Amino acid sequence: MTLRLQARKLACERDDRWLFEDLDLDIGGGEVVRVEGPNGSGKTTLLKILSGQLADYHGELLWNGEPMRDVRQVFLEGLLYLGHAPGVKVTLTPLENLRWYQALGGGAGGEQACLAALDEFGLAGFEDVPAGQLSAGQQRRVALSRLALSPRPLWVLDEPFTAIDRDGVAALEARLIAHARQGGCVLVTTHHELAASDVLTCIALGQGARDA
Amino acid sequence: MPRGESRLIDDARLASRGEPRTGLAVAVWATLKRDLTQLARRRGDVLNPLVFFALVITLFPIGISPDPELLATIAPGLLWVAALLSALLSLDSLFRSDFDDGSLEQLLLAPHPLPMLGLAKVAVHWLLTGLPLALMAPVLGIMLSLPAGSYLMLAVSLALGSASLSLIGAIGAALTVGLSRGGVLLSLLVLPLYIPVLIFGAGAVQASILGDGAAAHLAILGALLALALMLAPWAIAAALRISING
Repeated sequence: MTLRLQARKLACERDDRWLFEDLDLDIGGGEVVRVEGPNGSGKTTLLKILSGQLADYHGELLWNGEPMRDVRQVFLEGLLYLGHAPGVKVTLTPLENLRWYQALGGGAGGEQACLAALDEFGLAGFEDVPAGQLSAGQQRRVALSRLALSPRPLWVLDEPFTAIDRDGVAALEARLIAHARQGGCVLVTTHHELAASDVLTCIALGQGARDA
Repeated sequence: MPRGESRLIDDARLASRGEPRTGLAVAVWATLKRDLTQLARRRGDVLNPLVFFALVITLFPIGISPDPELLATIAPGLLWVAALLSALLSLDSLFRSDFDDGSLEQLLLAPHPLPMLGLAKVAVHWLLTGLPLALMAPVLGIMLSLPAGSYLMLAVSLALGSASLSLIGAIGAALTVGLSRGGVLLSLLVLPLYIPVLIFGAGAVQASILGDGAAAHLAILGALLALALMLAPWAIAAALRISING
């Protein structure tokens, strides 16, 4: 079994404007794919389409060679998506937040695994503080600690570096590349410059809109 | 690298295979627990509908007349209408905070049937809104000099009926969650669907006062609940998908 996300002739229209047209993608295991482009060029939309959240697109999406619509369940079991909003409940503690995601995604390891994941993302000592009292960067770290929690081959991350400090950014970059080296696949949008690496490829959006 | 790849995918498979049958139950239970914990920490949200219910009912004897006979005739309807509006008041927040902080997105991406997860959220809404309203109603019934012997029926009919109200209302809440001011639209969408529940709910209390077959009304309330339980979760799931994609 391989890991392969393919898009054929992908196109998406928003408000009478084509965000992208005839986009052919072939993303396999061992890759970090960075989607880049100016604001409003459709990066988030592309990520939402590729993570199976949006259905109003033209073209075809294949997961491991089969149409996404037919294998949605299998696809979702292998997907970890982190959106713009961190998905962290402010009334709950980081540990409670993570426990819910663990139960929802069928992750193993129980509370110990959650504590270890939070520790890895520098939240040791904050496990039982309501997330509303944490800073924006720390809340983002709570969401990101899901990366350490469950082994999902495909990571789709929308602006994961937002509000993260410099050390955190370096650690996260290293984590993305390590994931790719393990055979996983990372799709990421960011305005932050990623260090060049043999696993890194780029997709540029929005050129057409700019030139036109 | 192929070796690493297969290991990672095997890990993922193992994780999902570890609890193949219990996976959904675990997820639903975790969602229930999460929502209950959240609301336990935001008591205001739980108390609002109850306070509203109490206030509205308190105003009627003052505004209409303290005459016990008059109040007794309108009490079943009043109590039911006030409870229905209180339940409606709290509906808007059902999916709102999840939508705002992005956890609704994550709920939709969970590898579990969305109707079941939605049902868990509705169950929490009923447990913390419908059920307390039903338990509180008899106390307020005293204020409206509701005839003795109909108190139990009032509580039972409200408990049964409010479950249907939560289920039907959740469809509207899911449809309007993407709108910044969906409150009024939500009421317009949902109120027509509430009418059958109101008729048979208030009817049950009325019938028990008159002493004839309240059981038939309860049976119909039960049937409405069964119907809502069968259909609403799918409608809620579809409505959430529309709201998120819109």
